[in-house]
Amino acid sequence: MSLTNDTIKQRLVEKFGDQVSHFEEPYGLLTFEAPKEMNLKVMQFLFDDKELRFRFLTDLCAVHYPDNKGRELAVVYHLHNLVDNVRIRFKVYAAIETPDVFSATALYAASNWLERETYDFYGVNFIGHPNLKRILNVDEMDYFPLRKEFPLEDQTRIDKDDAMFGR
Amino acid sequence: MARPVQYNVKNEGGKAIHVADAPPGYTGEGFFTAKLSDVVGLARKNSIWPLPFATSCCGIEFMATMGSHYDLARFGAERVGFSPRQCDLLMVMGTIAKKMGPVLRQVYLQMAEPRWVLSMGACASSGGIFDTYSVLQGIDQIIPVDVYIPGCPPRPEAVLDGFIKIQELVGKESIRRRNGPQYKQLMESYGIQ
Repeated sequence: MSLTNDTIKQRLVEKFGDQVSHFEEPYGLLTFEAPKEMNLKVMQFLFDDKELRFRFLTDLCAVHYPDNKGRELAVVYHLHNLVDNVRIRFKVYAAIETPDVFSATALYAASNWLERETYDFYGVNFIGHPNLKRILNVDEMDYFPLRKEFPLEDQTRIDKDDAMFGR
Repeated sequence: MARPVQYNVKNEGGKAIHVADAPPGYTGEGFFTAKLSDVVGLARKNSIWPLPFATSCCGIEFMATMGSHYDLARFGAERVGFSPRQCDLLMVMGTIAKKMGPVLRQVYLQMAEPRWVLSMGACASSGGIFDTYSVLQGIDQIIPVDVYIPGCPPRPEAVLDGFIKIQELVGKESIRRRNGPQYKQLMESYGIQ
């Protein structure tokens, strides 16, 4: 029997009850949410369970929703069951004042650089990460460029007329 | 089967083949005198060693320029060096990210005087379309530039034109220029030396 989204959802609800919520299936990809304190427990369960076996971290990223008060930063995990070839998406939300999320490096070694990138661009503080420093941007950068409050354009230019560039 | 060769086999129409003129000087029997700076300039401009610093699509156009069709070697730049200490001309081609800035500056500092810099394409000259937090908005923020080539990317003809402009600069440069106060001031404005 192949692993279906309904089975995954059922197993998660059996284990965590109300803690896992917001189940959706956009384009057939099972997506759900958990409190940020629970992220390691949920992923450990998904990793260890004999049936689920989500042992590959495809991607890890963050999204900034400035209007979502109290839960501005979403950290999104894309997990892959390589045996049954099933993918799921798992989200946790954190407030921008305390962007602390537990690091998944102990579970998925691939998350090391992905978490560094997420820290680099969104300032998510991954607790327990062995080497949380900038990975792509210059070390001297003192802000997190993909947060919405920072303009995308380079602010050092003086030769561009703002009116002509729609700023 | 013999391939018909159409171009450059003979000088059709009897066009005069241009040979570079000797610098102005005084000729006598068995000797020739001229200004040292003219002779040095002539030698330098026809034996430039370029150092390609290619980071993106402009680098591909440069490869075409180095290839047989456009052939940068015709201008005495046959020898493309990849060691900054041996090269005279730094050709910066492509987007320079802010993280790449210190590397580019280090390469420039490693070059021996006299050295020239050619900035090829919109990105190297001004940041181009990448008006963003991670891209250096023109390499002239960190190193002095002699010639800018516009284009995105410039065609090989434009690269050759820029290279000829560099040759003009090299050929006309006074041998005292690099010791002059103006040049020192320029270097100091970039925090070099």
